[in-house]
Amino acid sequence: MTAASPDGLRQRRRRHHRRVTVPLTVVCALAGGAVLSGCGQQRDPDVYTVMNSSTDESYHRWDAQTLARCGKRLGVAIEQQSVPAAQVMTKALRMASSKSLPDVLQLDASEMPTFAEAGGLIPLKDLGLTTTDIPRGIVDFGSYEGTYYGAARTVNTLALFYDKDALAEAGLKVPATWAEMRSAAKKLTRGKRYGLALSAGGAEDGVFQFTPFMWSNGGDETKLDSPQVAGALDYWKGLLKDRSLSKSTVNWTQADVNDQFMAGNAAMMINGPWQVETLNTKKALHWGMAEIPVPKAGDDSVGPLGGGILTVPNTGDSAREKMSAKIIGCMSGEQEQITYALNSWMVPANEKAAAVWREKVPELAALSHQVATARSRTAKLGAGWSSVSLALQSAFQSALTGESSEAALKRAQQRATSGN
Amino acid sequence: MSTTTASSAAGPALPATRAAKAPKPPNPARTRLRRRLAQWGFIAPAVIFMALFFGYPLVRNIVMSFQDYSPSTFFTGRSPFNGTANWSSVFNDELFGKALWHTILFTVGSLIGQFCIGLGLAVFFSRRFPLNGILRSLILLPWLVPMVVSGVVWRRILDQDTGVLNSFLGTIGLGGDTPWLTSTGMALFSVVLVNIWIGIPFNMVILYGGLQEVPKELYEAASLDGASAWRAFRSITLPMLRPVITVVLVLGFMSTVKVLDLILALTDGGPADSTQTLGTLTYQNSFVQLDFGAGAVVGNILILISAVFAVFYLRANRNEGK
Repeated sequence: MTAASPDGLRQRRRRHHRRVTVPLTVVCALAGGAVLSGCGQQRDPDVYTVMNSSTDESYHRWDAQTLARCGKRLGVAIEQQSVPAAQVMTKALRMASSKSLPDVLQLDASEMPTFAEAGGLIPLKDLGLTTTDIPRGIVDFGSYEGTYYGAARTVNTLALFYDKDALAEAGLKVPATWAEMRSAAKKLTRGKRYGLALSAGGAEDGVFQFTPFMWSNGGDETKLDSPQVAGALDYWKGLLKDRSLSKSTVNWTQADVNDQFMAGNAAMMINGPWQVETLNTKKALHWGMAEIPVPKAGDDSVGPLGGGILTVPNTGDSAREKMSAKIIGCMSGEQEQITYALNSWMVPANEKAAAVWREKVPELAALSHQVATARSRTAKLGAGWSSVSLALQSAFQSALTGESSEAALKRAQQRATSGN
Repeated sequence: MSTTTASSAAGPALPATRAAKAPKPPNPARTRLRRRLAQWGFIAPAVIFMALFFGYPLVRNIVMSFQDYSPSTFFTGRSPFNGTANWSSVFNDELFGKALWHTILFTVGSLIGQFCIGLGLAVFFSRRFPLNGILRSLILLPWLVPMVVSGVVWRRILDQDTGVLNSFLGTIGLGGDTPWLTSTGMALFSVVLVNIWIGIPFNMVILYGGLQEVPKELYEAASLDGASAWRAFRSITLPMLRPVITVVLVLGFMSTVKVLDLILALTDGGPADSTQTLGTLTYQNSFVQLDFGAGAVVGNILILISAVFAVFYLRANRNEGK
């Protein structure tokens, strides 16, 4: 009895010791490995790397399939690295300073100007990629100061999603103008359900959602204190005053908006086609999609163009860069565009591909009209977009929480100009 | 003086016979040098480690705040010095003043809340009662949850329309329409509340540990003298706990003043910059606007504030030693 207890104690202590040491060793080995590979990453001559933000399982899988097909066609091995969207830019910059940039880099279109301005991208035309069959707007979308740096496979924009059953029950037709949307939203607000949901969060999500209202009303990001921008903001304030919008709107991301719509807490929402995959998991929800309503009947509904573009970063190895351009050519080829668009519910960038796609998914026709008039956020401001975006976020949040639209926007314009 | 100590130290260790055989006595200067080198040899790893992992980033950050450090720097490696341009642009930004004020409110509010509740719980749990251990470990839960996870969960709880908190308040007839995170006046307060919730376990654990060190006889003596519980707390517990309290408050200050992840997850600095602190401002400057020079300026200011408190802390500890 006397012997058992010290022995048991020692054993327990040893086990405890091992329990701590093993994970510690693993952590150290991983950290050491990460540090070493980060410092001196050598490019494997036979393997090309594509860095994107496809961290969702489905997107990662679709991209892997595309890369496998393209690799086979071009006779090279292609590896996919996916990092969260918010980290692509900073990660790529760090890779630039350690000379370990990937061969193909998928950037969000709003980030491309910054990267291009820093001298980090090779013009695609220099590498032999053409822009035939790509609509003007989408070429501009991938261009910075007139140079075409990024090929889009598919593009997206925002649209009005609505709950068909809720509209039918209230005897309403799908709103097409601001006045119709306001009154429809008011009628649809009942109990715990709001008429409309949108994102006015303090990040790029909110700005993305504000642009269709600002642009359709004739406003512009170069002059935030114009009456047109104030009119758009007043329209949002009006919806909030009617209680058609939840007060939490200022806190919601676009994913939150989708959650609220799916939970039946909103009868309509402004959102993008990337939500469709999630929306379709709820079979009981019968949703429809329409263009975002415009101030007056007959106006153009101008939405923001979104989506990733494929670029060739400046790695200094021209032979590899040529092959990278071929990989982009394959990934953004007609057939691959249609496949990717059908998977991800986005609109093919190529005109011919878009025509085929429209026949296959007629229910998304509203989206293709919206894309045709959509604008790129960075077309006018380029790398200056980020400071205007921050000023605008602060302005619409101030206005939605009580300040007058004019005062908030006036301050935003001052901040945007002094920030540059 | 040192020669005598050296020889006297070496003397008794050597047997007399061998000392006599030794051809010549060890050179005292060389011994001293060797000992010095050995001392430095032991200290060197620590010094190198500090210089590499603390000194270098610190100096780098200070230098960076005087440089034009933009995305193109990552490609060209060039970051020309631009004098105090970054500093003046940060100080001229009205957001900086706001963020500084919010940081003060956030830090002071969090510290007071965390400390008072933590101390209360520590005192409560230092008595014996059933389930004491289990309850005490349950209270540690907020500590185990990563900040970002707490932020996301609390954002749902505090949602004005669909949040659990408001629906609970509504059920018990206390309104239930509080704009926790959606009003510019309320958001900072709510963020502080969540941070208090997160900080309680740390305060409780350290203060509980401190309370165990207070000799029980003191309380016995006090009760014999007829001291009330409050009097015993004020005249025994608090003074005996003072060193621990300093540690808790200074460490709490340093971890609170730079909080970033919690605020980003809860409000993203909004609505309308009402929860923007120096921490979120650094993040926004560096990683949203990619203006690394301005980000470094705000970072340096944060380091400076922390350093001032670290000095106070060291001072207080030194006085304690005397």
